[in-house]
Amino acid sequence: MAIESNPSGIPYTLKAKDFATDQDVRWCPGCGDYSILKQVQTTLADLGKLPHETVFVSGIGCSSRFPYYMETYGMHSIHGRAPAFASGLKIANPNLSVWVITGDGDALSIGGNHFMHLLRRNFDLNFLLFNNQIYGLTKGQYSPTSEEHKKTPSTPFGSIDHPVNPIALALGCDATFVARTMDRDPKHMKDMLQQADAHRGTSFIELYQNCNIFNDGAFEVFTEKDSKPDTTLILEQGKPLVFGKEGEKGVRLDGFTPQVVDLNTGGFTKDDLWVHDNTDHVKAGILARFFDNPSANPDALPRPFGVFYRTERPSYEAQLHEQLDAIKGSMGEGDLDKLIAGSSTWQIG
Amino acid sequence: MATQAQEKKSVIIKFAGDSGDGMQLTGGLFTDDTAFTGSDLSTFPDFPAEIRAPIGTLAGVSGFQLHFGSQRIFTPGDRFDVLVAMNAAALKSNLKMVKKGGTVILSEDGFDSKNLRLAKYEETQNPLEDDTLEGYEVLKIQVTKMTRESIGESPLGTKERDRCKNMFVLGFLLWRYSRSLDTTLKFLNAKFKSKPDILDANIKALQAGYNLADTMELASDRYTVAPAELEKGSYRSINGNDAIVLGLIVASKKLGIPLFYGSYPITPASSILHGLSKHKNFGVRTFQAEDEIAAVASAIGASYGGNLGVTGTSGPGLALKGEAMGLAVMLEMPLVVIDVQRGGPSTGLPTKTEQSDLLQAMYGRNGECPLPIVSCSRPSDCFEAAMEACRIAVQHMTPVLLLSDGYIANGAEPWRYPKASDMPEMKVEFAKQNGEANQFMPYQRDEKLARPWAIPGTPGLLHRIGGIEKEDVTGNISYDAANHEHMVKTRERKVELIANYIPEQKIESGHESGDVLLLGWGSTYGVCESVTHILTEMGHKVGHAHLRYLRPFPANLEAMMRGFKTVVIPEINNGQLVKIIRDKFLLPAVPFNKIQGTPIAHEELFEFILNLVDKG
Ligand SMILES: Cc1ncc(C[n+]2csc(CCOP(=O)(O)OP(=O)(O)O)c2C)c(N)n1
Ligand code: SF4
Ligand SMILES: [Mg+2]
Repeated sequence: MAIESNPSGIPYTLKAKDFATDQDVRWCPGCGDYSILKQVQTTLADLGKLPHETVFVSGIGCSSRFPYYMETYGMHSIHGRAPAFASGLKIANPNLSVWVITGDGDALSIGGNHFMHLLRRNFDLNFLLFNNQIYGLTKGQYSPTSEEHKKTPSTPFGSIDHPVNPIALALGCDATFVARTMDRDPKHMKDMLQQADAHRGTSFIELYQNCNIFNDGAFEVFTEKDSKPDTTLILEQGKPLVFGKEGEKGVRLDGFTPQVVDLNTGGFTKDDLWVHDNTDHVKAGILARFFDNPSANPDALPRPFGVFYRTERPSYEAQLHEQLDAIKGSMGEGDLDKLIAGSSTWQIG
Repeated sequence: MATQAQEKKSVIIKFAGDSGDGMQLTGGLFTDDTAFTGSDLSTFPDFPAEIRAPIGTLAGVSGFQLHFGSQRIFTPGDRFDVLVAMNAAALKSNLKMVKKGGTVILSEDGFDSKNLRLAKYEETQNPLEDDTLEGYEVLKIQVTKMTRESIGESPLGTKERDRCKNMFVLGFLLWRYSRSLDTTLKFLNAKFKSKPDILDANIKALQAGYNLADTMELASDRYTVAPAELEKGSYRSINGNDAIVLGLIVASKKLGIPLFYGSYPITPASSILHGLSKHKNFGVRTFQAEDEIAAVASAIGASYGGNLGVTGTSGPGLALKGEAMGLAVMLEMPLVVIDVQRGGPSTGLPTKTEQSDLLQAMYGRNGECPLPIVSCSRPSDCFEAAMEACRIAVQHMTPVLLLSDGYIANGAEPWRYPKASDMPEMKVEFAKQNGEANQFMPYQRDEKLARPWAIPGTPGLLHRIGGIEKEDVTGNISYDAANHEHMVKTRERKVELIANYIPEQKIESGHESGDVLLLGWGSTYGVCESVTHILTEMGHKVGHAHLRYLRPFPANLEAMMRGFKTVVIPEINNGQLVKIIRDKFLLPAVPFNKIQGTPIAHEELFEFILNLVDKG
């Protein structure tokens, strides 16, 4: 790929493959990361992004190798700190389209602190959390999202760590865009990526990603044809919460308590169901708690996918630059000689 | 009743009181007034670690030391001519440092039984009544009582009235040193413009103290200190952190790129963040990050985006930044990391000074991780040192460490300040497409071995950078064994080559060769100077060289050191530079160390060197 735009800056129509580098992709064959890479490249092409105005910033992990495979600008930083690098970059140049790529260990363990502060500050960038519920790069230790009792090399007798719920955590940090999708549903993923990019502010997407080497099938129950209809709930704005093979099940709210109802047995109709409103923070909080393990509990609430919540709040970098401009406007551009002299001086000789 | 004022060559005053007594302000204002008279001066503020230690205790004593005179003043001085003690604890912790025959000015109300107990005086002991103060000139003043009375009618309560005690003391001292109240009145009028009652009370207290000195019989001694022979020019008073603020802003303007400062509060570095935050009309972007790691990472991110990325901290924060600094070494990205050192390890002595982190700066990262180190030698020197750090970072595409310390950061001195146009121009160029689009070689090097600074947003230069070992030239990931060795050597060589772009080391004072070279860095500047001046006047062959560049060393340093029989390295630590000098030059340098959280005293270093040259 050589040319990005014509002399007047209008992009040539780029294809997904134009966003691919010449570097060999080194993920294990079958890894869910491939599908995410493909959808991101496709989405950028569809959105008409200019590669030179796009930057991928990552931490450390299998997932964080991502920038090497994107024909854009990119920085593979250090473990857990990608949000902080991206924050400085956005302050320096707010016009860049910045994508933070991170894993469940990277974002929620070593980088948990930065995760929280990035979301509350609301830098205008896209934050993709590749959740495979395992430490891939370091060969299979449990992660902060791994389920309890998990046996891994560092927990041969089962983990006693209680897992974190990334969506609930993001909502707790006042994230302005919170969504979930999965590697096995490219169409849904692309929709989420496009919505995330359109949102001004930090757009958080949790991506369920299969690590077929160290945690194969972690999300099978949500991604496989047979079980998917009964275990997943696709959130669509303004639509009732319906799921099941024939759309025969729904979710209603009994007070603040969500309840699965059967639409075929006559008791309830679609009109009784909870209608998804992704601007409602309280309801988003309830949806985030649809977090049961369906393999362990057949009556579990379905796992939601889609946009849980979105709201508008000025981004950190926009406010920072507004403040700079306002101060320059009221005080005038600084005078270096006055600055150096300070407010009280004296003469000798 | 004014008697003829006696002329003094130099005076050392220590203001000491409870942290709530406002002694830092009193000392600061007296210093400002002193500067206007043309004296040379040096100050040393000394705070307790706790913001508000229990009132009246030894732990709560806050001090401000000022040395001023008509001769060159290099240090805040060892022993005090005058001690102002606002309470028993202040007297107890400072009396041993008052010269025999010196003056002790006491606030009598600070010596009631409660204060005496808190100061841990024996049950029955009262230093005002026993022989503790024998041999000193003692002026006892009922500061609290007289301050309250002086304010007269006022809506202020007792607590607020008592806050004016420091102004009373200041007024007293201003009279004693033959000053007017003008400068202080100007300051008070500006500070309390919107609080007329507080303004009024402060002025009344100030005037009452001044008048008391004028009328009080035993205080009728009045002193003057003639102006020092300083170079002609415009002067201001400056402390080290403020000078860093100015240096960074001027550097960013000279380079023509915005300054980004990411930092997490820590003593004694925080005032750099405060200072820069005030100057947004110079386009300064400040970012109070969630921790030191995020602070350095944000600065690297900003540099990546084409800003002058700077982060500042103290020792514990530097430890946290190590991994990201290693990344900056791999990215070969401009970055300035400021370490305002303090007593360590761990929390150590957070408000006390120490040259604690040279070894950490030099070696404290994983892998072969060289980076240039620039050091500040005194408050005003921070200005140029900060500019140098920025210049090296940008021109050599490397992270740079700038070392200062608590003593330099808080100490103030007169500064013959330059015009911005007097400062050297600095240039920076971002890479532009040159040849085929996106065939860019991010690790192609120039004669300095610096790589191009290619910032996102530039058409035609798409590339990826990161912490994994790079193939030279292409910047692609490489695990090749020979390439790794080549890159390690190249990064090292790049830093060593900076020696060709910095000035030669010069002798600060004394002889160019001879018996003893005092080789210093950082805040031992003043004491090395004053000792060298006296010893050379006495006819000894002593010289003083002070290093601004600690990595790489100036090219002529070795020859200079070998021109002396002995190289002595005084440091406020357990011997750090001395290890590096011995290691690098196989030269038996002699350490002189003090690790007490305070500057090295003139007397102790003087005697040590005198001993050496006498034995000579
Ligand atoms: C400071 C530091 N500590 C530890 C590591 C080792 N390490 C690399 S990646 C990783 C975990 C990655 O897990 P995750 O973020 O879930 O990414 P994945 O590999 O699963 O995509 C760890 C512990 C490191 N690189 N740096
Ligand atoms: S270890 Fe797992 S996450 Fe990492 S590349 Fe292989 S399959 Fe993917
Ligand atoms: Mg993982």
